[in-house]
Amino acid sequence: MNELRVENLHVAIDDQQIVRGLSLAVPRGEVHAIMGPNGSGKSTLAKVMAGHPDYHVTKGKITMDGEDLLALEADDRARKGLFLAFQYPSEVPGVTIANFLRAALQSRLPEGEELEATEYYARLYEKMELLGMDRSFTSRAVNEGFSGGEKKRTEILQLAMLEPKYAVLDETDSGLDIDALKVVARGVNTMRGPNLGVLLITHYQRLLNYIVPDHVHVMVQGRIVRSGGKELALELEERGYDWARAAADEPVLAR
Amino acid sequence: MKTETKAVDINRNIGDFSYKVDYAKDAGTGLSDKTIHYISDVKEDPDWVREFRLRGLKTFLEKPLPTHWASKDLEAIDFDKIRYYLASGDAAKQTWEEVPEDIKRTFERLGIPEQERKFLAGVEAQFDSEAVYSNIKKAVGEQGVIFVGSTEGLKNHPEIFRKWFGKVIPIADNKFSALNAAVFSGGSFIYVPPGVKVKHPLQAYFRINAENFGQFERTLIIADEGSEVTYMEGCTAPKFETTTLHSAVVELVALKGAKIQYITVQNWSANVFNLVTKRGLAHEDAEIKWIDCNIGSRLTMKYPGVVLKGRKARGEVLSIALANNGQHQDTGAKMIHAADETTSNIISKSISIGTGRATYRGLVHVPKHLKNCKNNTECDALLINSTSRTDTYPAITVRGTGNAVQHEASVSQVSAEQIFYMQQRGLSEAQAMSLSVNGFVNDLVRQFPMEYSVELKRLIELEMEGSVG
Repeated sequence: MNELRVENLHVAIDDQQIVRGLSLAVPRGEVHAIMGPNGSGKSTLAKVMAGHPDYHVTKGKITMDGEDLLALEADDRARKGLFLAFQYPSEVPGVTIANFLRAALQSRLPEGEELEATEYYARLYEKMELLGMDRSFTSRAVNEGFSGGEKKRTEILQLAMLEPKYAVLDETDSGLDIDALKVVARGVNTMRGPNLGVLLITHYQRLLNYIVPDHVHVMVQGRIVRSGGKELALELEERGYDWARAAADEPVLAR
Repeated sequence: MKTETKAVDINRNIGDFSYKVDYAKDAGTGLSDKTIHYISDVKEDPDWVREFRLRGLKTFLEKPLPTHWASKDLEAIDFDKIRYYLASGDAAKQTWEEVPEDIKRTFERLGIPEQERKFLAGVEAQFDSEAVYSNIKKAVGEQGVIFVGSTEGLKNHPEIFRKWFGKVIPIADNKFSALNAAVFSGGSFIYVPPGVKVKHPLQAYFRINAENFGQFERTLIIADEGSEVTYMEGCTAPKFETTTLHSAVVELVALKGAKIQYITVQNWSANVFNLVTKRGLAHEDAEIKWIDCNIGSRLTMKYPGVVLKGRKARGEVLSIALANNGQHQDTGAKMIHAADETTSNIISKSISIGTGRATYRGLVHVPKHLKNCKNNTECDALLINSTSRTDTYPAITVRGTGNAVQHEASVSQVSAEQIFYMQQRGLSEAQAMSLSVNGFVNDLVRQFPMEYSVELKRLIELEMEGSVG
């Protein structure tokens, strides 16, 4: 089955359990949202999926289209089609967006094959236009001196250029004003389709007005406690996380 | 003190080789009056050069090693085991066809492509002590530009050569400039007549190709009034088991309104002591710019300088140093302001990998009686591993009023988060690291000529290969 699958995942950092028995499956072609209060382990989940070296998986499995992701380095996972839009993207001083993306795309080509430059720039400019980014942006160093909105837009630009099979968007809405949020949502919605599975991680329901999910999961204390359709987000907004927390004792297996 | 330097095992497919050369002229090992007379006899030196060499030897023997401030590793040099002169005995070749086949093979492995030659106004390639190949494009020659080996320069153009030789860097400047004075051979002599702007960079490749053999080239460049010239020097040395000493002296003279740009990209193997003295003398409204790139070697000590002698003279040093395991890059710049309204700019970036150590030493001197002088110094260090080391010793003396000086220094590290971010986009850890390092030096490299910036990028990638995993 073509899906990004998490099974009974347990994650610890410095002996502290952050994720405790989380299960989840995002089929390719669907958009799933994970909502949860601060400290519920949402960002940890995102980083573990991407292969951050600081986190230890003590139990459980993560697979992508049936392949064991935990056995792979972060860069292998990325080249095989997993993308993470970071909540706090790193600066890469002195490396321009154009050169960075070029190196990222080049890393996906077989040895000895060179990325075709004119095609690359044509695609880059097309995606930038979609995201309302000025062309001069390509010559700026990655995230260096960027505003919050510019950083998030740059993450979505990379998503659009790298065309992953699965994308995890970690708090992509945080720090965005409503106009920037709309632009980012438009970017994601354009990419929506049978070839992309999306996992949206968010604290607020607001983003889900613009990127309407197929499924919503509520995460509390390192577990999924409720799963449902898009209306679950509205119910959660209305009743608050305490309502969701009440169900935390009994873990629910998503889908 | 004897220390063992273990070379980091990196891929040096290029530059790691040597071919058998029939050394017809060989001064043996060690240094004495006899060695000097031998060299002078073989080279058929004029008397004044022989005397210059003998004075050099005397000064060298009298001066102590500068180990009270510099690395004690200098004491590991065994001057008695070094071969101070070696030449094939042939006269400099004028055409490519005359160059011996095995030497051509060396150039091929070095990647000096035939098509590149058309970009170069002239190629002066030093193979061991003597220039075996020297070819000056017709156009440059017709402009009256002289571009020859230093030996040919002092013999055929004494009226210009003698006037400036040893004037910018006197024999007694330091122990190693004295050593060079005693045993120099090879290097370039360039004279650019007034008003002539040399369009293409003049280029020379230097190599060391004999075990225990020191290379002591001597370069003198004179840009006459209102002229402009760019000189490029590149090195990739073969790897040997025992210590190799390289101690060059480079003197630049920019007369009124002239511009000289001197570009070096050096990639020494990890057993080389690279102890070089480089200085320029900038007259009124003249400009001297050193672009200096140091990769490899066991110990490099090099502080290119400019003496700003005339009003409105400008001096600049842009340098990049990369110190890998067991290597020490002790580099920097000297700016001696000696006239009003002179300006100088120093930008230095260093990268330390593994147990590598990068040291910046800067000297900026503006005396009290001068007006409207400016200096800007920036030195940035990047540490790759927790065992890497960097030190900064800026000595800035600015006296009087109306002179401005600015100094900025930074030390940074490539963070684990940054590497993870780049890996998440598909780059391997090594690729991420080398892209970060290239980013760190990017704003400086952009000022390099195209072919050098590409070469440098490749060299950095090679050096980074051993640093992760």
